[in-house]
Amino acid sequence: MNRFLWPLVGFALLVIVLTVGLRRAPDKSIIASPLIGKVAPTFDAPDLIDGTRRVSGVALKGQWYLLNVWGTWCVGCRAEHAALLAIHDEGRVSIIGLNWKDDDLAAIAWLAQLGNPYAAIGADRDGRIAIDWGVYGAPESFLVNPEGVVVEKQTGVMTPEIWRARFLTHLDSAAKAAP
Amino acid sequence: MNCSRGLLLMLLVASCAWAVDNTPALPTEILQQRYRALTHELRCMQCQNESLADSNVPLAADLRLQVRELLVAGKTDAEVRDYMAARYGEFILFRPRMNWRNAWLWLAPAVLLIAGVAVAVRIIRRRSRMLAGDDSPEDGLES
Repeated sequence: MNRFLWPLVGFALLVIVLTVGLRRAPDKSIIASPLIGKVAPTFDAPDLIDGTRRVSGVALKGQWYLLNVWGTWCVGCRAEHAALLAIHDEGRVSIIGLNWKDDDLAAIAWLAQLGNPYAAIGADRDGRIAIDWGVYGAPESFLVNPEGVVVEKQTGVMTPEIWRARFLTHLDSAAKAAP
Repeated sequence: MNCSRGLLLMLLVASCAWAVDNTPALPTEILQQRYRALTHELRCMQCQNESLADSNVPLAADLRLQVRELLVAGKTDAEVRDYMAARYGEFILFRPRMNWRNAWLWLAPAVLLIAGVAVAVRIIRRRSRMLAGDDSPEDGLES
């Protein structure tokens, strides 16, 4: 009896480990950003609309902002545009755009056509800022707190549901902590 | 014979044009070798089972350029890997590094080997004791 017990216990343990592992298997298409909980990468880009101005992380210190990486070539960006406009109208946080490897004129035309949810847009023409943020597929959105730390990231299309469930909660708890 | 050799040569020459990465070589042969090795062991994040060297998406080209510039700037291979992992996570490395989260995976084979040897030694000792006609045979081992 005893000599069958230990192999059986071992087998049961293996089944448990594998079951838990399979259930928790992450979606391989979305890779957790190593930036979360870390200070956001510094960036300084020319303003897409007014070329004489700059859009930089230093100037944004002390306020919450949502960095949204987009391009007119990106299908998902068109899909999430309404959600970004709603976040802008809600007025809880300013959205900073990062126009990733795009044609400036196409980007400006897109905003004229669909509306502009951005407080400012940096033009990342050679894609170097996107590399610093670990961007691998637009759209991507990063929520940065007043200390300049990345607290949340959405890889892929932003929706009102995701915004409420994972992003707004950070703003709410911060508002409660410091009324 | 001559004709087929000519054809082969043509195919070999043509295959150069099929390479994804057709940027100019780095200044020294050593740098070029390190560049080739690094771009083969870094993952293209958009087409995940391809390396940077094999992928023709624009992001892979941007990251190859980044590797090139880091190497020219005198960074070591480890520094280039750290640079990429800091931005894209460990996932970008095809050869995972040991850390506290995956340490058990690295150690498991050694632990299992030691456990297996221990079990084998116990069984062999017990058998040899029985063969030697020890007067106290333990629980019902088949003879």
